[in-house]
Amino acid sequence: MSGYLTNPEARTWIIQASYFVTAFLFIMGLKRMSSPVTARSGIVWAGAGMLVATLFTFLYPGMGNYEWILPAIILGTALAWISGKRVAMTDMPQMIALYNGFGGGAAAAIAAVELYKGEAMSHTMGTLAVVGGLIGSVSFSGSLVAFGKLQGLIKRSFRFGGQQFVNIIVILATAVVGVFIITGWHADMFHVSLFFVLALVFGVMMTLPIGGADMPVVISMYNAFTGLAVAFEGFVMQNAAMIIAGTVVGSAGTLLTQLMARAMNRSLGNVLFSGFGDTGAAAASGPVTGSMKPIEASDVGVMMAFAQKVIIVPGYGMAVAQAQHKVWELCQLLIDRGVMVKFAIHPVAGRMPGHMNVLLAEAGVPYDLIADLDEINAEFETADVALIIGANDVVNPTARNDKSSPIYGMPILNADKAKNVIVIKRGQGTGFSGIENALFYLDNTRMLYGDGQAAAGQLIQAVKSV
Amino acid sequence: MSGIVALYIFMLAAFTGYEIIAKVPVILHTPLMSGSNFVHGIVLVGAMVALGNADTTLAKVIGFIGVFMAAGNAAGGYVVTERMLEMFKSSGAKRKSGGH
Repeated sequence: MSGYLTNPEARTWIIQASYFVTAFLFIMGLKRMSSPVTARSGIVWAGAGMLVATLFTFLYPGMGNYEWILPAIILGTALAWISGKRVAMTDMPQMIALYNGFGGGAAAAIAAVELYKGEAMSHTMGTLAVVGGLIGSVSFSGSLVAFGKLQGLIKRSFRFGGQQFVNIIVILATAVVGVFIITGWHADMFHVSLFFVLALVFGVMMTLPIGGADMPVVISMYNAFTGLAVAFEGFVMQNAAMIIAGTVVGSAGTLLTQLMARAMNRSLGNVLFSGFGDTGAAAASGPVTGSMKPIEASDVGVMMAFAQKVIIVPGYGMAVAQAQHKVWELCQLLIDRGVMVKFAIHPVAGRMPGHMNVLLAEAGVPYDLIADLDEINAEFETADVALIIGANDVVNPTARNDKSSPIYGMPILNADKAKNVIVIKRGQGTGFSGIENALFYLDNTRMLYGDGQAAAGQLIQAVKSV
Repeated sequence: MSGIVALYIFMLAAFTGYEIIAKVPVILHTPLMSGSNFVHGIVLVGAMVALGNADTTLAKVIGFIGVFMAAGNAAGGYVVTERMLEMFKSSGAKRKSGGH
């Protein structure tokens, strides 16, 4: 055995075989993650793949600097592991952004190590290293800005006249310096440094003007970017595991980004270059007639207890108020009374597609009670009560019929078709987009004012006392 | 690995990624994005090799940052995905395990 391990050719063969196993485990893991039944084992498969590749990489012939490698791995793993365990479920999206930025940064670091060597590379290798470095750097700085925005560290969106023109200048300058490096004309330390600084600046400038509501799409896009950067650096390092894993993530991430943008009825270009998705950007549209009619919790309790079918429409507001546990407790009471209860999830409920499902799952709601827009929309007509808690724009009928509204055309949940609509709401303000909600003024709508958690608690008492 | 073989790998892997995601339900978008975020943590092996062969101090420092960040990507991506997926249980499974 020791003979095998001292023979460089045998070692290389063992490493290649281990990368083959890793690629297989990654693809199987992702495949399993794409169905709710097998999803939980998927990450374990992928995790095993990562472990195999990392351990066998230590066998690389000619490797040294272990006194640098081991501390870096231990430190990075420990910090990320602890922060990942501690973060609240509502804050998951920004943590994904942060870890993704790290991956992009690592790909850029590999490019930097290769390019700073100043050794002559073939034009193909040089191009791959430079493009991978560019994408990785943009993903790194862009993801950090996305993290800052969702975490509330960066509060406003920075916009100025001619911003897109400036961005184009920056990316063109980056490309020109990149060409200098690839052709070997100016592949010196100054130009390589300038290249990375420009790429990092571009990532920041591209992300700063985008509003918080659009960040999920942007994070998904940077996720695909990082995958692509990893694949490109994989070509440079002649590393099949990086090429395969990076490319799979690059294409899967691109498709996922398109699906997310489509769920919001926006094109990717619209997300990146328009600027809606920011609070206050949209002016209030046409006048809404009628008035909001309040209701008491006890009346709602009776209404729900004697209903046949109740559909709950949760929004991010529910998660912020930490009301999901109380809401599920309420639903269990109703289910015990024989009421049919379902949760209707809009594709962009929460902060990311699927985020609300995770938050509900955390509260213990089984996923087979949760229906998405296409499944549930026909059912609202047969529902006795639609309970809206913390959701606003996703149930606004204005999106269906008012062409002047900024959310016109966005698919919405047809909560207004239910026999009774109950809206739990703090006060009379507008939603995240600043648009007046016509649903609140309908004849079959009643407003239950109060904090989400307190209101859900009152409803529990009301149902219990029926 | 010759250039053309690498190109074939690139093409086939791109189709694989597309096919895996194409039929996924919306409820799994966030966990899957997180899962794919973990998978590109494989950049760790490239960063390890880059640092393992570095001979100047500058290369070592950049390589160190690269390995540190790549390890953070892999470990953080794993923990966050695992925590999210932990919650996907059907009502049947929950009754069996004695939960609600």
